[in-house]
Amino acid sequence: MASANILKQKARLSNSNILFLIAAVIFVLMYLFAIISYPASFMQFQTFFDLFNLNAPLLIMTLGLCIVMIGGGIDISIGSVCGLITMACAVYLQSESGSIGGAILIALGIGIAFGILQGYLIAYLEIQPFIITLSGLFLAQGLLTTLHKDPINVTMPAFVRLRDFEFVITWLGTRNRLGVFIPCEIKPGTVLVVILLVILASLMKWSRFGRNVYAVGGNSHSALMLGVNVKRTIFITYVISGLTAGIAGFVYIMTTGAGNVGNAAGAEMKAIASAIIGGTLLNGGVGNLLGAPIGTLTLLVINELIRAAGVQSNFQAMVSGLLLYFFIVLQSIIMSLRDRKSIKTTLPPWLKLSDKQQVPSNQ
Amino acid sequence: MRKVIKNVSHLVLPLSVLTLLVIINLIKGADYFYITMVNGALYGNIPNILFGASELVILSIGMTLVTAASRGQDISIGETATITSAVFVLYVLQAQEVTLLTIVIGFLLSCVAGLLLGAFNGTLVSVFKVQPMVASLILFTGGRSIAFMIDGKLSPILANDLSNKIGTVIPGVPIQTPIILTVLFIVFVAVVFKTTTLRLYVESVGINPNAARLNGINPKKIIFITFLIMGFCSAVAGFIAVNKAGRHDSVNLLKLIMMDAILAVAIGGNSLGGGKFSISGSIIGAYTIEMLNRTLLRLEIDPAMIKVFKAVFIIILMVVASPVVRLYISRTMDKIRAWRSAAGRAPIPTTRAAGKKEQ
Repeated sequence: MASANILKQKARLSNSNILFLIAAVIFVLMYLFAIISYPASFMQFQTFFDLFNLNAPLLIMTLGLCIVMIGGGIDISIGSVCGLITMACAVYLQSESGSIGGAILIALGIGIAFGILQGYLIAYLEIQPFIITLSGLFLAQGLLTTLHKDPINVTMPAFVRLRDFEFVITWLGTRNRLGVFIPCEIKPGTVLVVILLVILASLMKWSRFGRNVYAVGGNSHSALMLGVNVKRTIFITYVISGLTAGIAGFVYIMTTGAGNVGNAAGAEMKAIASAIIGGTLLNGGVGNLLGAPIGTLTLLVINELIRAAGVQSNFQAMVSGLLLYFFIVLQSIIMSLRDRKSIKTTLPPWLKLSDKQQVPSNQ
Repeated sequence: MRKVIKNVSHLVLPLSVLTLLVIINLIKGADYFYITMVNGALYGNIPNILFGASELVILSIGMTLVTAASRGQDISIGETATITSAVFVLYVLQAQEVTLLTIVIGFLLSCVAGLLLGAFNGTLVSVFKVQPMVASLILFTGGRSIAFMIDGKLSPILANDLSNKIGTVIPGVPIQTPIILTVLFIVFVAVVFKTTTLRLYVESVGINPNAARLNGINPKKIIFITFLIMGFCSAVAGFIAVNKAGRHDSVNLLKLIMMDAILAVAIGGNSLGGGKFSISGSIIGAYTIEMLNRTLLRLEIDPAMIKVFKAVFIIILMVVASPVVRLYISRTMDKIRAWRSAAGRAPIPTTRAAGKKEQ
């Protein structure tokens, strides 16, 4: 399918695909490296599923952010909005009238409200997205501390049941040292990640809206000339981002079961980093939604590797910074090599397949 | 007169915000401008704002340049400042006797460190063509851990007479030292911009790098230079911050200051998409942010609510300054003028800015 897109839509989408391929290859190599160095832990399927189970909120947020970034904007409020939602849900669930349905509604409501507010200001009043989402971040943090300052542990029976609920895969698992078979477990959040990924990725790939987002992110003036409703498209990207932040907030409290001031703090930076590693450019117009979870997983595997290697906790950040440096430079070198080659229309040997098909489309 | 208005027009937004904040403060209490003399130094609301905003002002100057040339933001400034001040603290602590020379050499060493870190970001942005925010994400992730490694232990204390003087006041001088250092830095920057062609080059690279290249300006070099300047600014800010605090806390020193610095650039009327810039606007923007923070404290708002008010204030400010609203206002003004068919006294800068947008 990747090559078909190159044929049809020329350089821009092929950029998305090449960046996605780089991210995917890096992730696979990374995981293979992890398996080779620490076979005992990384060989288990549960380790892989736990990456999803424990980080489902981040994965969901990255999906929404990725759409905004493809549309040429940025949303740095998602982490704080997610934190605000966990606290609001916790307060609501602990109150007497609390119910799970209501909590879901609250989560989605707050997320969409932030999305609509920011989207309106950015799309229709043409204010710089960074500033608006930064004040959205302040707003969400302020509301969070106003709402409740101390950590709340949700003890509502129905919610606790939901929190501990897991899908058990009976045919997949490992035997522990005593020979007892332990089946793999998947949290509902993981299923939600997969469903959302499928929905949003197909939305971006095949729907009119998705193509509009690519057009607007690439060049909003040309998109306007082509008759795309630029403002509405940008508006909707922010609403989607708010919605995913809302879902992420509920998944977060479903994972941890507690509302806390520090919940999801700094998640926006992690989400931006993973979207970028996944091949989305901050300039807009380039990116593949399937790359978003791959970027997140790459970051998470880096962290797991550092933890497994027993690096002192203070230097973990330094090592992950170094690895990030390595990836960013690698991505940039590959892109520049590819640019140079495409001008001369000579083929780098390892890209032969995609470039061969691109040559006729250039002529 | 018209020329003066043209020169000041980009400052309308930050200045009006500043005025608004002063009015709010005066309504709260008429003693806002009251200044007292404590131990031979001036204290009061205004000196406090000047004192508190000194690092932010310096950082926002660098941020303006980076934004203008590279069309992106450096998010690692707080971390860079932490590393450079760690170098400074390391040098000062290993010296047996702290003299003025030790401080100066320490400061110069920290400047070298700042330039190196700036060069690191600058290389990534200019040579490897990485977007600035992504390039600085690396230092943002790992910077504090590097600073911790240089420190070797948790928050070394900078207990000597000289750094205390730099952080607070020198006896006999009525103004706090950080304010003097900030003013000196601003003067230095002003002289640099008056005597060199840096402003023209930076603006032309920011507006269109390809056009700049065709005109003989090397965009890579200019972007690299702005990142070097950013590194230098971070070193100066880190120097002031660590002397103010008296100890080097590698976890919390200047934490999340990049948000405020970017905000200062935006409030100063600069586009975050690069191109033309106004450093004076950014400086006023930085002071405005500090004033806003202190105003919210002065109004005795619940600390938990402060961020909400800050956010609402910024949103209102940006809405008023947004191109759509400006256009609307200018049209309304035109209607009123046509209706009165007399010499309108509409504010000229607003109309001009809106007209520019219309083109």
